[in-house]
Amino acid sequence: MKQTVFTAMLPIGESLVVQKNHICGTRRNGPRIAVVAGMYGDELEGQFVTFELARRLNECPGDLRGVVDIYPALNPLGLSSHEHGVPQFDIDLERTFPGNPDGSLTEVLADAVFNDILGAHACVVLHSSDARVRELTQVRIDEQDDAGLISLASLLNPQIIWARSAQSVSQPTLAYALNARGCPTVVVEMGSGAHINKNSEVWLVEGILRLLEKLHAWTGSTIALPYPRVVRGGNVAVLMASDPGLFLPSVEHGDWVRRGDVVGAIVDPLEGITRSELRAPCNGLVFSLRDYPFVQPGSLLARILEEER
Amino acid sequence: MRSGIVYQMEVPHREPVRIRGFEFGDERGARACAIVGSMRGNEVQQTFICARLVALLANLEHEGMISAGKSILVIPSVNPFSMNVQQRFWPVERTDINRSFPGDERGGTTERIAAAMLRVAQTYAHGIQLCSFNQQGDFLPHVRISHQGPISERSVVLARDFGLPYVVTRVPSLFDESTLNYVWQQNGTHAFSLYSRATDRIDRGSAQTVTDAVLRFLVARDILSGMANVATVPAATTSLLREEDLVDLRTRRSAGYLITTVRVGDRVRKGQKLAQVLDAFDTHPLETLQSPVDGRVFFMRTDSLVQQHMVVLRIAPDA
Repeated sequence: MKQTVFTAMLPIGESLVVQKNHICGTRRNGPRIAVVAGMYGDELEGQFVTFELARRLNECPGDLRGVVDIYPALNPLGLSSHEHGVPQFDIDLERTFPGNPDGSLTEVLADAVFNDILGAHACVVLHSSDARVRELTQVRIDEQDDAGLISLASLLNPQIIWARSAQSVSQPTLAYALNARGCPTVVVEMGSGAHINKNSEVWLVEGILRLLEKLHAWTGSTIALPYPRVVRGGNVAVLMASDPGLFLPSVEHGDWVRRGDVVGAIVDPLEGITRSELRAPCNGLVFSLRDYPFVQPGSLLARILEEER
Repeated sequence: MRSGIVYQMEVPHREPVRIRGFEFGDERGARACAIVGSMRGNEVQQTFICARLVALLANLEHEGMISAGKSILVIPSVNPFSMNVQQRFWPVERTDINRSFPGDERGGTTERIAAAMLRVAQTYAHGIQLCSFNQQGDFLPHVRISHQGPISERSVVLARDFGLPYVVTRVPSLFDESTLNYVWQQNGTHAFSLYSRATDRIDRGSAQTVTDAVLRFLVARDILSGMANVATVPAATTSLLREEDLVDLRTRRSAGYLITTVRVGDRVRKGQKLAQVLDAFDTHPLETLQSPVDGRVFFMRTDSLVQQHMVVLRIAPDA
């Protein structure tokens, strides 16, 4: 059932409306989970996940024994104009939580969404990678309080669980604010921004159903992937560009590399020369890989999870 | 005056990013004050004010008015790369230099720039940053201080030397901790953020006000000497405000055309009508915004179209 979570008037005969799909199973008072997407207007993978999840739940209404609230578009103006932040203000909605009922438009919106989710038994926040870097499906959690969240995260069928101290899981994000109020929340990063990668997204939907199953709110079928790799901050080698130019990877996303293998090269399109060659500093799995080829010093090229195959 | 490159970075298909610094006074003297302009690509006014200061300080140095044993550094633009393509944040990566401090010399692009900037800037006793807000509108020129301990207590006292009508203190949030102002203060520099009236255009009047304020401060701190008064505008009586003292007026139940009847700096009385929101299709009044206090208009939105829940005016209440 479509429900309006927030509405605000826009200047010329339109309202900004944040909606959710409130799907009630056979037990109205059963466990409730929230699935949130569309925080950034240029991250579209969550759109397919929310579609597929709603489709699966619609298909087997008798199997749901709880409540699923799906919020596909927290930033509808950004999604409609393919802008990362909230258009006009260039505001990062994901840095606005828990919001403020007496604040600006985005703060009031954040407050409304936050309070609507509060009380859920779990929340999954869906982010895509941006257009510059392709990511394996990963759940990011705060390394300070990962104990309770790793088991939740592992249900979601990610390839990686990354426990780290980073902005994506810190104040003032939705995940941080909800965890601080006792609503277990994890952040999923996946794919490459403005693309749909059906395979990995279908696995994630299966994972969300597994989460419901764990809460005794789903009696339908689920599929589990092998237990994900759990990464601590120190086990990740980060490759940054040291030269400007065009990055040409020599590996595929998700490849295993050995220490010393060539990961890619930065070339100069003007002079036709290779400016630098990047080699793997360790054995491991390439779980992030640059997609947008133009790079400057400091551009992220790859992340390698240090591990023997 | 000595000019040099504070930091340089190679980029594809363009000339290297060069962050230029202009140093005045005794090259081996105490590093007395660093003045930093635009960090974002739309901060035209902030760059202009620094450029005016470069010209004025060059003349003052020529006349021997920089105090012996002291030096001043001016960096008009930390972000010429974005300014030249009129993008607010760092292109492609979409990162904000003023959210990248203290930076990392081996980190992301803007973290590298921030680290290089800080390495130079933190060697100065006083730091002045020309800042902008993300809200489109006019402000009363003022000084802001990140209130975070003993050093900022002293900074608040020093801030009166700018002679601007308001000093605003703000308790920093976690979000503020990656700004130059915050990190400067943490590292022992008295850090001041100066806000002018405009951002993406030159407003010569408020540029002059801020330029005078900086010179006044340099005189008061004995960094400039041998002159009774370098400023062209008399110092104002400074009021101290906390961020939370400012009174916001918002569009609570409407959106449409914004018609304001006051200007920034105007004195207003409690109950005075300050703005109206008109319907987009027939201009009938939807909402009237009245001042809840006696005070001065501190901020006023300049957009003609407003949404619901938008801060339209901020009033600095009378003491």
